[in-house]
Amino acid sequence: MFVPRRLVRAATLSLRRAHTSAPALNSVNAEDIAHFSKFLTPTSIISTLSPQPSPSSELAPFNNDWMNKYHGQSTTVIRPRSTQEVSEVVKRCNERGIGIVPQGGNTGLVGGGVPIKDELVLSLGNMNKVRSFDPVSGILVADAGCVLESLSEYLAPHNHIMPLDLGAKGSCQIGGNVSTNAGGLRLLRYGSLHGSVLGLEVVLPDGTVLDQLSTLRKDNTGYDLKQLFIGAEGTLGIVTGVSILTAPAPQSVNNVVLALPKFDNVLPLFTKAKRQLSEILSAFEFFDRTAYDLAVKHGQGRALNEDETEGAECFVLLETSGGNKDHDDEKLNGLLENLMESDEPLINTGVISQTPAQFSSLWAIREGITEAVSKEGKAYKYDISIPLAEFKHVVDTTREHLRSKGLMRDDAVKHVIGYGHVGDGNLHLNIVATNYTPEIEAALEPFVYELVAKYKGSVSAEHGVGVMKTHALHYSKSDTSIEWMKRIKQIFDPKGIMNPGKVLP
Amino acid sequence: MSNKLKILVPVKRVIDFAIKPRINKAGTGVDTKGVKFSMNPFCDIALEESLRLKEANKGLVEKIHAVSIGPTKAQDILRTALAKGADSTTLVDVGDEEVEPLAVAKLLQKVVEKEQSNLVILGKQAIDDDSNQTGQILAGLLNWPQATFASKVEVEGDNVKVTREVDGGSDTLSAKLPMIITTDLRLNEPRYASLPNIMKAKKKPLEKLKASDLGIELSKRLKTLKLEEPASREAGIKVDSVDELVAKLKEAKAI
Repeated sequence: MFVPRRLVRAATLSLRRAHTSAPALNSVNAEDIAHFSKFLTPTSIISTLSPQPSPSSELAPFNNDWMNKYHGQSTTVIRPRSTQEVSEVVKRCNERGIGIVPQGGNTGLVGGGVPIKDELVLSLGNMNKVRSFDPVSGILVADAGCVLESLSEYLAPHNHIMPLDLGAKGSCQIGGNVSTNAGGLRLLRYGSLHGSVLGLEVVLPDGTVLDQLSTLRKDNTGYDLKQLFIGAEGTLGIVTGVSILTAPAPQSVNNVVLALPKFDNVLPLFTKAKRQLSEILSAFEFFDRTAYDLAVKHGQGRALNEDETEGAECFVLLETSGGNKDHDDEKLNGLLENLMESDEPLINTGVISQTPAQFSSLWAIREGITEAVSKEGKAYKYDISIPLAEFKHVVDTTREHLRSKGLMRDDAVKHVIGYGHVGDGNLHLNIVATNYTPEIEAALEPFVYELVAKYKGSVSAEHGVGVMKTHALHYSKSDTSIEWMKRIKQIFDPKGIMNPGKVLP
Repeated sequence: MSNKLKILVPVKRVIDFAIKPRINKAGTGVDTKGVKFSMNPFCDIALEESLRLKEANKGLVEKIHAVSIGPTKAQDILRTALAKGADSTTLVDVGDEEVEPLAVAKLLQKVVEKEQSNLVILGKQAIDDDSNQTGQILAGLLNWPQATFASKVEVEGDNVKVTREVDGGSDTLSAKLPMIITTDLRLNEPRYASLPNIMKAKKKPLEKLKASDLGIELSKRLKTLKLEEPASREAGIKVDSVDELVAKLKEAKAI
């Protein structure tokens, strides 16, 4: 896009002005709590400033992220039950210049959902009702606080599934999913939320409710504002309701885990699987040997037998879903036979699930890697988009770099692992350390980001920016892009109260 | 008798345990249309145990034979058994007929004789009718020792030591072959079917018989009168305060 230099400079100037003139944010005080008590039930307010103060232990789950990496000092958590209540709370905060951190299931990986200082935490968990579902169009309208898994359960009897699925499904909420533009395990098949979200209800930073809860598939009437809130991580407003297109539940699903002798075989395998399975291929996930070993060590799913994993450098989990079991089985068996009987086989061997329990168990190995990593130690997580061919190279280069710094040892970095969504070009590079230390961080950053930039990749494929990657935004976004993002922020949130310190540098 | 084990593993095709069974409109049975069927989980454990015996003790097991009594579709689970490592299988095709444990045991007795099995490992019960009788009746018919609800199985020569789960602890039995073992949930965790075995399974024999081929009459002794679901639980409510809770409890005459 061509942007006249003068315009850019003008934008920069006005932004700089805006920044310097932005008033410092205020803390929540007892008067605010008294004000909130007027329209909220007592159970919706958790605060150390209440007349009957809550113990800080009650606030801890909201102040700290689940990895225990980011810590806030918020005094107050508000858990509204309706959009109207959210609006009232936001209005007050806007008047008083109090920072707000919208929080869903608090399963984020970049610290986007926890306070930096003592911002007010606005937790959406109490807004957990399905508003409507149309079984013909498959369009679901739900409160932002609905847990992803409970939406899946709601849809099951109607023979529909959510267009996204991720490891944190038991805790994460749809509003948070939308706000981080979560990717997950079904993206290959159903696309990103930018496509499947049809409408949003958003409480803007001044308390206005922006009702765009459309249930239309097509609506070309000017700027598509809802897209701005998808992936904005709560910096432009609070998503309170979501209209989303769900998919018909597949009538037949299969999955296999394939053991590969070397990483180089992943891409030819992916090509082959796409060609032979065509429309029924619904997931193609990769995890390296170390990631597999960690998942098994920490009891995630039933392990493969040892003779099946011998000599495997990495694994691929492949899922099919379709409408006819015989058809799907025939295609899958055709592919597997072809793989096993080829003269230069791409795979060593593999296992195939025979029951729904085994189907879940194979998925549990892949999905359990995140949990296994957090049980093993402290993880530095890099969620990057890079060309598929470079997956292994990036993992190896990072490991070698840490080794050259003398950090690959039991009391510093224990493992460097790679896993992720091959189908989406998304690698999860995890560095598992004994502790978070400045020394390790300095060795990793900006090293990893520079590596990503070298391949013109993204420093955050699906986790978002949060507080973790604001400083690294420029590795994936041009100065012009960042300036225009700041201008948008300025328009929606001139006082800078919405999720301060997140996303934008 | 020789030390070589010829293991018979009976496997039953049942509605997959992950699926919530629904009673049909007539109230005479469970809806099976479009429902996913799998191998009974306890049978899967029995198969796994026999495979482990074979793998852990070189030369101990001569053959693992899986048998299923059920409809033609029960072939699918016999294919699974082969894909996991069973050597051969028999399907006793009884169509859609429900077969009671006594008849199952009689059929199995014939298969034991035919296959010259000296160890039968089977699930303690099937998750569809939950009878938990077949293993015991079969032991009676064959007049073999039985160890039910096994949580650990060790073979030492002609002797088999079985640890079984009982209320408040475990009980260890030892018996000489031939014998019957029924498996409990914690005995092992069944494996996945591996691709090379699936390829091999396609070439393994799959014998098909009718009950009459084994000389057994399938007469029913039990009649199902009616099936109904338990009354559904009423939804609870949330209270806002302790006082309200106490009032509600009083209202319900709970205190």
